[in-house]
Amino acid sequence: MIEDLSRYLGNPRNVDAVLELLLVHVRLALLPLVLGLVVAVPVGWAAQRFRRVRGAVLGATNIVYTVPSLALFVILPSILGTKILDEINVVVALAVYTAALLVRPVVDALDALPGHVLAAATAMGFRPARRFLTVELPLAVPVLAAGVRVASVSNISLVSVGALIGVGGLGQLFTEGFQSAYDPPIIVGIVLTLALALVVDALLVGLRRVLTPWQAPARAGAGRGAA
Amino acid sequence: MIGTVFGWLTDGTNWTGGDGLLRRILEHLRYTVIAVLGAAVVAVPLGLAVGHTGRGGTVAVGVANAMRALPTLGVITLLSLTLGILKTGPVLLGLGILAVPPILAGAYAGVQSVDRAVVDAAAGVGMTSWQRLWKVEVPLAMPLLLGGLRGAVLQVVATATVAAYVGLGGLGRPLLDGLRVTDYPRVAGAAIVVAVLAVLLDLALALVQRQVVPRGLRLARTSVGGAR
Repeated sequence: MIEDLSRYLGNPRNVDAVLELLLVHVRLALLPLVLGLVVAVPVGWAAQRFRRVRGAVLGATNIVYTVPSLALFVILPSILGTKILDEINVVVALAVYTAALLVRPVVDALDALPGHVLAAATAMGFRPARRFLTVELPLAVPVLAAGVRVASVSNISLVSVGALIGVGGLGQLFTEGFQSAYDPPIIVGIVLTLALALVVDALLVGLRRVLTPWQAPARAGAGRGAA
Repeated sequence: MIGTVFGWLTDGTNWTGGDGLLRRILEHLRYTVIAVLGAAVVAVPLGLAVGHTGRGGTVAVGVANAMRALPTLGVITLLSLTLGILKTGPVLLGLGILAVPPILAGAYAGVQSVDRAVVDAAAGVGMTSWQRLWKVEVPLAMPLLLGGLRGAVLQVVATATVAAYVGLGGLGRPLLDGLRVTDYPRVAGAAIVVAVLAVLLDLALALVQRQVVPRGLRLARTSVGGAR
């Protein structure tokens, strides 16, 4: 098996193809993450602020999450008017999942803000929009970051399912390997997916540290680079 | 376009027979139930043990999170190539791996969420470690435990479509066959059936989840004004 693997990776053409798929995978997983976050923050804000919106939004996010990814990939073209093999379908589908996953953490995080901090900001003359962007949102980062980490792992592994409709980044290594009954591309695909999830997760943890400088590092010495 | 999808779904001949939707739904449910039960047999005791003893939590959560990143399609294709002899084995194993992390996390979080004072009180009235687990921690952990199970069922129902890719049945069959011959109503129709199945299963489990909340816990909740 290791012999096969080294022979597969010994061919520069294979390596190029794999790297290209890796790039596609990164794009298909991370673009929806950003889009979903951008949607989830205002929606979560509205849900936290207005009681009526809250029930509707949280109910809707639960339903969205029950729609299987493959189903969404193939239904979206008829709603968006895109071609079935278009990357956009996967991006939109994963962005919808990401948004659905992140609305609740946004609401929870805003719910949990200490009232005296908000009162202090208001007393200092912060208008609602500025208070939200410069006080509430930064304080929500720890809870939000936890949600973003879950969404990133979920996106990175869901992208592969797109291979069944011909758009799947590293997932295409699985379909190619299966069709030619050849293990190495599948193993490479699994390992790279795991590695990608790990690297993105580490980056997100680092980003959270940078964004929340007031939080003490979890372990002594762990926050050396965070200042 | 929506009309043709509806037409496909309401055509009785698409539901019956050897390749009909009814048979595919049953296959789909069979894969789901076996995979989730198999995962639960492994993950529930593990999660309860970790939560009860308070040992190994970081390792268990770490492993569960790494498992979440495993691409199921990759696992299933690889297992099918290497263990090809057992036909449904690879699919059930791949789907089972998918179901482990949410169940493990639910069981662990459930036990962990139990108020320490309650567990201490149980110890104070003379309950053994085993009695505390079964009579106090497990009942109080039930809502979160079932929440994890619900999450696992959702993910597995959605992903069981992959089974068709390695030559098995389930609702992925009409979906992928339809894609191959660009029969769009069949593709979308099957996708809708999967989504409806997922919603129905989730609703059923939500009802069960509501039933297993211990009466005392329900009272405690309503008395603090429904705060979560």
